[in-house]
Amino acid sequence: MMNIPEDISPWLAIPVVLLLIGGSLITLIGTLGLLRLPHFYQRIHGPAISITFGAGSFLLASMLYFTVLQQRLVIHELLITAFVMLTAPVTAMLLMRTAVYRDLRNGRQSPDLKPPTPPASGHATTAGANSPGLMEETRDRNPE
Amino acid sequence: MKLLVEIALYFSQFCIVLAMLLCMLRLLKGPTAQDRVLALDTLWICAMLFALLLGISFASLVYFEWAMLIALTGFVSSVALAKFLMRGEIIE
Repeated sequence: MMNIPEDISPWLAIPVVLLLIGGSLITLIGTLGLLRLPHFYQRIHGPAISITFGAGSFLLASMLYFTVLQQRLVIHELLITAFVMLTAPVTAMLLMRTAVYRDLRNGRQSPDLKPPTPPASGHATTAGANSPGLMEETRDRNPE
Repeated sequence: MKLLVEIALYFSQFCIVLAMLLCMLRLLKGPTAQDRVLALDTLWICAMLFALLLGISFASLVYFEWAMLIALTGFVSSVALAKFLMRGEIIE
């Protein structure tokens, strides 16, 4: 079972407990956003909070716990922190570019923004983007 | 105090598994392919957090390396999938 020392001091236990509970709740909220938000361009913001705050507080808790437990400075969790914080925006940006590119290629406006502006700048819109029936039809098409 | 930490660890594990389930729902449901890739990326992050939790639970530093590896492979797979969705090929 779990390997936690019997005589763990409250000065270590309480911050670790708070960080763990806060981090896990925030991760849960982030993925709830991923599930519940209506469109892709909103959904991509959901996991960002679980990456930054959730992973941040978990790594902080881990650092604190092992530093006190082993009575030496254990900060190699900083490696994961730096890596995750560096790569998460890269992934998000690539995914967002992919989504925009695919939406444009499939001939639909980004489906969650307002109805398309009248064809003043008429590039990359569908031919019948102004007629509501056609817009609905293209919106429902599954691009896979 | 030991009991408190144990309860917090169990609670966090429950929350992370629940988060993974929500990601899995989005992965199965997701209307477009990029939704699925985003859900997969979040699933990697949750797996990394779960590895960290196991590391705290069992007071072992081995799980740290798991977490590092999961973070690395997650990044590479997400970037590869995103590039594949965009271009149709990964290395151009």
